[in-house]
Amino acid sequence: MYDVIIIGAGVSGCAIARELSRLELKTAVLEKALDVCEGTSKANSGIVHAGYDAKPGTLKARLNVEGSRKMEALSKELDFPYKKNGSIVLCFDEKDKDKLYELKRRGESNGVDGLSILDRQELLRMEPAIGDGAAAALYAPAGAIVCPFGLTIALAENAAINGTEFVFGAKVSDIQKQSYGYLVRTEKQSYETKVVINAAGVYADEIHNMVSENKMKITPRRGEYLLYDKNVGNVVKHTLFQLPTALGKGILVTPTVHGNLMTGPTAQDILDKEGTDTSGEGLDHVTKEASRSIGVVPEKQVITSFAGLRAHITAYDAGRTDDFVIGQAADAPGFIDVAGIESPGLSCAPAIGEYVADMVKDLLRPSQKAGFISTRKGIPSMALSSDEERHRLIKENPAYGNVVCRCEMVTEGEILDAIRRPLGARTTDGIKRRTRAGMGRCQSGFCNPKVVEILARELQTDVSKIRKSGEDAWYLLPPKEGEDL
Amino acid sequence: MKTVDLVVVGGGPAGMAVAIAACEKGISDILILERDKELGGILNQCIHNGFGLHTFKEELTGPEYAVRYIDKVHEKKIKSLLNTIAVDVQGGAPCIVTAMNKEQGMFTIHAKAVVLAMGCRERPRGAMNIPGFRPAGIYSAGTAQRYVNIEGRMPGREVVVLGSGDIGLIMARRMTLQGAKVKLVAEIMPYSGGLKRNIVQCLDDYGIPLKLSHTVTRIHGKDRVEGVTVSRVDERLVPIPGTEEFVKCDTLLLSCGLIPENELSRGAGTEIDDVTQGPVVNARLETTVQGIFACGNVLHVHDLVDNVSKEAQKAGSFAADYIMHGEEDWGEALRPKIPEKTKCALPEGRDEKGQMICIGCPVGCLITAQKNEDGSFSITGNSCKKGEAYARNELTAPMRAVTSMIRVNGGTGTVIPVKTASEIPKGKIDACMEEIKAAVIDAPVKVGDILIENVAGTSVAVIATGNMNKESYE
Repeated sequence: MYDVIIIGAGVSGCAIARELSRLELKTAVLEKALDVCEGTSKANSGIVHAGYDAKPGTLKARLNVEGSRKMEALSKELDFPYKKNGSIVLCFDEKDKDKLYELKRRGESNGVDGLSILDRQELLRMEPAIGDGAAAALYAPAGAIVCPFGLTIALAENAAINGTEFVFGAKVSDIQKQSYGYLVRTEKQSYETKVVINAAGVYADEIHNMVSENKMKITPRRGEYLLYDKNVGNVVKHTLFQLPTALGKGILVTPTVHGNLMTGPTAQDILDKEGTDTSGEGLDHVTKEASRSIGVVPEKQVITSFAGLRAHITAYDAGRTDDFVIGQAADAPGFIDVAGIESPGLSCAPAIGEYVADMVKDLLRPSQKAGFISTRKGIPSMALSSDEERHRLIKENPAYGNVVCRCEMVTEGEILDAIRRPLGARTTDGIKRRTRAGMGRCQSGFCNPKVVEILARELQTDVSKIRKSGEDAWYLLPPKEGEDL
Repeated sequence: MKTVDLVVVGGGPAGMAVAIAACEKGISDILILERDKELGGILNQCIHNGFGLHTFKEELTGPEYAVRYIDKVHEKKIKSLLNTIAVDVQGGAPCIVTAMNKEQGMFTIHAKAVVLAMGCRERPRGAMNIPGFRPAGIYSAGTAQRYVNIEGRMPGREVVVLGSGDIGLIMARRMTLQGAKVKLVAEIMPYSGGLKRNIVQCLDDYGIPLKLSHTVTRIHGKDRVEGVTVSRVDERLVPIPGTEEFVKCDTLLLSCGLIPENELSRGAGTEIDDVTQGPVVNARLETTVQGIFACGNVLHVHDLVDNVSKEAQKAGSFAADYIMHGEEDWGEALRPKIPEKTKCALPEGRDEKGQMICIGCPVGCLITAQKNEDGSFSITGNSCKKGEAYARNELTAPMRAVTSMIRVNGGTGTVIPVKTASEIPKGKIDACMEEIKAAVIDAPVKVGDILIENVAGTSVAVIATGNMNKESYE
C-alpha cells in the first residue's frame, strides 16, 4: 500500500514529490512518458512571473508571489539555472497608461515588490532595442527566467534520492475508490494508495473524472514559440511583455536563461491533447507581434520553433475556470486535484509543492524523514566552466575532454552523467534537456549520431532501440533489416 | 603551454592543404588540431565519386581524395592532434590557441600564425521554420550520410528529401541503393542547386521525381515522421493554397544549404562578411585579426573540394610568408570569388528529344545524340571527348560507377567505403549492390584492396576506397 500516488511527472508533480519526500511516506510518481518533464513543463516561456498579473485573492496570485519568492533560493539549493533579469510590460498607447497603473496596483495588492512605471526615455535606457511604438511600461524587478527542464529535473532527482519511486511508461487507465483509499491501474500494474494526487496536466480532467461526478473539462491552449541563436541572445536583457488587450495577452520577447532569444506564445484553444505541432500562421503571428516590442526581429537567426499546451479548465464547478483547481475533490476524499495549472504554473511550482504537501500532512499525519537530503548538485557544465575548472574536470574524468555537441560545447562526460544519475536520461531528448546537447544552432545535426551511440553503449542495447522521446520515436532501423537492405 | 610556428584549426581538406603548403614553403613546426578521431573531415563520409578532377586529373571518391592528403601530411611528418577541439583563438604576436582533449585537458598553444579551416555545417530544420510536429526522423542530409556511410545504419525506409543541393541528391541515390524508397525530392526554387550530373545519375537513374517550385509545408507524426505535406510555391516562394499533397514517409532529409562555421572566428574578433557569412580577408587570406588566416568553407561555401584545396594551399603559403617575413600592410579586403551558384533547370522531356546531360564532369553539357540508320552516331553539344563517349554509351549500353560500403569485421569502424574499379553496365547496378551488401570482410583494409572480384559477372572488381586498421585491444 502506497501512502501517495502522484500522477504526472511535470513540474507540479515533481515539486509535490520533492516536498513529500521530506516526510515518512511511501510515494510513487506515475508518468506515462519515458522521462520527467515531457508535457507542458517542457514547452513554455521559462519565466518566473513577478505576480502582478493574477487577480488578487486567487490561488494563482497567492502561489505566484510565493513561488517567485522561493525560486531563487531553490535554484541554489537544487542547482538549476535561474536569473533575475526583471520583467517589463510594454504599453503601446498613451491612452492605455491607466492600465499600466492598474496592473501596478494589482501587483502591489498581490504583494509584488519594487514595481515602477517607466516613461519611454527610461525604457530606452534600459532596453535600447525597444520598438518605436512603446510609450511607457511597468517594470517588475522581481521577474526572472528559469530553465523549466532544469527546475523539473532537479525537483525529481531530489525527490528520487530521498526515496520517491518514479515509474515511467505508466499511463493511468483507471482509478477505483476502495473502502479506504484508491486502486490506481496502469496497463502494466495496479497501485493501492491512501492518497492520489492528480497532476496530470492537460489530462487532469480525464483523471479527475475517473473518480468524481463533478466533471471537469480541460481544453489545451496551444502556445507557439520561436527560439533564436545565441548570437542575438543579448538583443534584450529583460523579459518584455505586452500590455494585454482585448485581442489577447500579447507576445513576449525574452532572453532565455541559457542565452538564447525567445518569442511567443500564441494562445489557441485546440481539441487535440497531443497537438504540440506548430503552424505557419501561429509562427507568423509571433514574429509580427514581437516586432512591436523590439524594432527588428532577427528572423534569420531562428534555430527552432515549438509549441506547448497550457492546461486550461473550460468547465468545472459552476464556471470556476479562471483559477487553479488545487484541493480534494468534494466527492472523493483523499483524491487531490492539481489541475488547470496554466500560466503562471511554472512560477508557482515551489509554492504548489508546499501547498499540496500541507494537505497531505493533514490527511496522513506523517512524521518528518530523518536524513532528508535537501541539496542536489547538477551536472557540471563544461561550457560554463573556467579553463581551470575544465582542466580539473578532465583530469578527474577524461570523458569531459571529449566534445560531443560542438554548438553548446557538451562533452561525453556530461552525457554519461545525464545517463548515470538518479532518474537518468534514456532518450536523446532526455540528454538534451539535461545537458543541452543538440539545443544549439545546428539542432543536433552533428551530435545526434554520437549521442545515440553513447546511449546505446550505456544502456547496453542496439542503437535501433534508442528513442528521441516516445516509444515510437526511433532513429535507426534494426541492424538485421539494415543489413538486408 | 606549447609553442609552434603554425596552428591549423581543422584537419579536413582545407586544413591539410594549408599544412602541406606551409611545410613546402619551409615551415616545419606545424600543428593541426582535429576534433574527429581521424583526418579528412567530411570527405570521409562522402563516399561517392566526383572529387579530384582538377587537383589530381582523375575522378576520386571523398575518402580517396582525403587519403592522398593524409598520406602527404604523414610523409612530411606534420604533427596533428586528433580528438582535440580548439576552444578559443586569439590573434596577435603570438596568437594564442586554447584547446582541449581527453589526455591533456585544457592547454594553450602559442603560434606565430593560425589558419582557420573549420569548414561549414548544414542549415537545420528550425532555420527553415517548417511547421508541424518535431518527431524523430528529420535528418540533415549530412547526418543521414554519416549514419549510412560511417555507421552503416539506415535511418529510415521511406524518404522525402527537401532541397536539391548535391548532398540531398547524393543521399537520395545512396538511400535508394541501400533499399529505401525515396518518394521525391522537393526544391523550393524553380531550379536545382545541385550539379546537373547529379540530377541525372542520382535521381533520373532511379526514377526519383524532382519537384521544382515545391516545398514541405508541414511535418506529420508526433513520435516518428509519418508523412509530410508538399506544396507548390509561387514566384515569391510562397506556398499556393490548394496545392497541398500529403506524402507518406518515415524520414525527411534536409539539404537546404550550408553555413560557414565561424564560432572561433567570431570569438577571435574577426570581422564577418554579411554576404559570405565568413571572415573578411585580404588578398593574402588574412582576416582582420593579426596572425589569423582563413580558408575553405569557413570563408565561404565552395561547390568543389578541389577549389577548397586550391584556396587552402594559398592560405598555407601566405601564412608561411607571414611567419618568415612578418607583417605587411594589410591592404584591402578582398571578397573571395564565389562562382555563381549553379541554377540547374533541366530541359523537360529531354529524353524524347534525344537530349541528355553528360555526367562526365561537373559541367554537365547538354548533348543531343542519336544513332543513325547506318550505325553511325550524330552527337552535338558536348565540349570534350568524354561527352562523346558518354553519349554513345547512353545510346547503346549505358555505364555507371557504383560507390557504396562493405561491412568489416574486427576493424576500427563497422564499414569501409568501396567503389567499382571502373564503370559497369547500368542494368547491373542492382546485382552489384546485392553482392556488396552480402559481403563482409576482415580488417585491416587499405585503399585499392580488391574486395570483390568480377562483381555481378561484369569482370569489374569492387575495391576499397578507404583505409581501416584492425581494432586494437588495449
